[in-house]
Amino acid sequence: MGLFDKHLAYRDAYNAIRQAGADPFSVRFDAVVSPTEGVINGKRTILLGTNNYLGLTFDEQAIASSVKAVQERGTGTTGSRIANGSFEAHVELEEALAKFYKRKHAMVFTTGYQANLGVLSTLVGRGDHLILDADSHASIYDGARLGHAEVIRFRHNDPEDLYKRLRRMKDVPGERLIVVEGIYSMIGDTAPLKEIAAVKRELGGYLLVDEAHSMGVLGEHGRGLAELAGVEEDVDFVVGTFSKSLGAIGGFCVSDMDDFDVMRVTCRPYMFTASLPPAVVSSTVTALRRLEEQPELRHKLMANARRLYDGLSGMGYVTGPTSSPIVAITMPDTERAIGMWNALLQNGVYLNLALPPATPDSRPLLRTSVSAAHTAEQIDQVLAVFAELGAAMGLIEAPLQRVSA
Amino acid sequence: MEAVTDLTLREIGLATSKVLGRSVDVANDTHIGRDLAVDSLALMNIIMELEDAFDISIPLDRLASVETAGDLASLIKDLRNRA
Repeated sequence: MGLFDKHLAYRDAYNAIRQAGADPFSVRFDAVVSPTEGVINGKRTILLGTNNYLGLTFDEQAIASSVKAVQERGTGTTGSRIANGSFEAHVELEEALAKFYKRKHAMVFTTGYQANLGVLSTLVGRGDHLILDADSHASIYDGARLGHAEVIRFRHNDPEDLYKRLRRMKDVPGERLIVVEGIYSMIGDTAPLKEIAAVKRELGGYLLVDEAHSMGVLGEHGRGLAELAGVEEDVDFVVGTFSKSLGAIGGFCVSDMDDFDVMRVTCRPYMFTASLPPAVVSSTVTALRRLEEQPELRHKLMANARRLYDGLSGMGYVTGPTSSPIVAITMPDTERAIGMWNALLQNGVYLNLALPPATPDSRPLLRTSVSAAHTAEQIDQVLAVFAELGAAMGLIEAPLQRVSA
Repeated sequence: MEAVTDLTLREIGLATSKVLGRSVDVANDTHIGRDLAVDSLALMNIIMELEDAFDISIPLDRLASVETAGDLASLIKDLRNRA
């Protein structure tokens, strides 16, 4: 017996996937030349799976502020904020986030994963109840495990099921924290937030929305699903990330609740991690400003998403319930999902392969994420590749109508 | 008491069959992971079914000690007694 014996089934499954072609979980880019284009094995490849929703990774102003910060403040903070203190940019970023969300408080974490780990494990404790949507991201489940609250799941995007489960515990003491996501990362569906907020109002509790994939994407000002659904007042905590629409890395939580800042000395994933380096904080401050200044990025993103979603659905691919910047194609089985993923890569299209149990309904997915920086020509090129390969592999019916530009 | 446990096991079998989409037989010493090939996600979905069947809350942290169907039946009995 050895330490890794319990993982051997995964090793064998992983090896089988790798033998089918390239390694989908370890793609190596020779170069990334723009938000939408990279070079893999010497071949120019359209990036359609990088969550780079607004295309801000190459924003000139964000790069300039990042360069300035690294030259003036150095490469890293070399410690946590409670031990080593904050740089002015950390405070500036928190103030900018609070202002953007119109909230009193903001707290920045070193990754989005840690934001969920920290917030969920600190807000609720022993004797409290954490009520999670069943399709929650791994960081939410892990945050739930790190704390000591009792964890109950409700059926994905089902406010009535949430109601039933909250009713069931109505006489049980302890606080309740309901956790949902703005856009779910696997198939791009959004939470029925208005209805969920109504359940919260009726049965009590707090509501946290993870807007990781919806910040800068949904809502007139880009504040996410809570803004779009018009229920920001019912949302007690918004968690999000800088690693998607803001093109960097890091996480945050904003709230209007008094005493929020006590988390700075009680939240272990905040306290015991080195803080974000100056270059990252500065590019994020600039990217947030760019997000606010340029609503047209959001409009372009949505138009691109619609173009891809309609194109794929029109060919007969099984896509998610609504057009969103995450367009997922359900594949009939793992073997064909892996085959199609490899064929797409060989034809210059990079996207994500998602396999059960990381997917809803135990079906393999080809997951794409669209960017405002994609051109219509790039989207059409992707559709043409999907049409050709899908017909060749029997995934869709041939012949296909030519996709017009 | 035996009859109560049998009834609980029957519900566990029904919930498991529903989630896995195939008929399974469940006994006290059936190992949920090994014998039924239930992964962590399927187990959480089975728990949701059982919460509805018994109208109780089964917190996920209580599953740490559950290996067999009998363990799960005992947990359910424990939670029902407390309700």
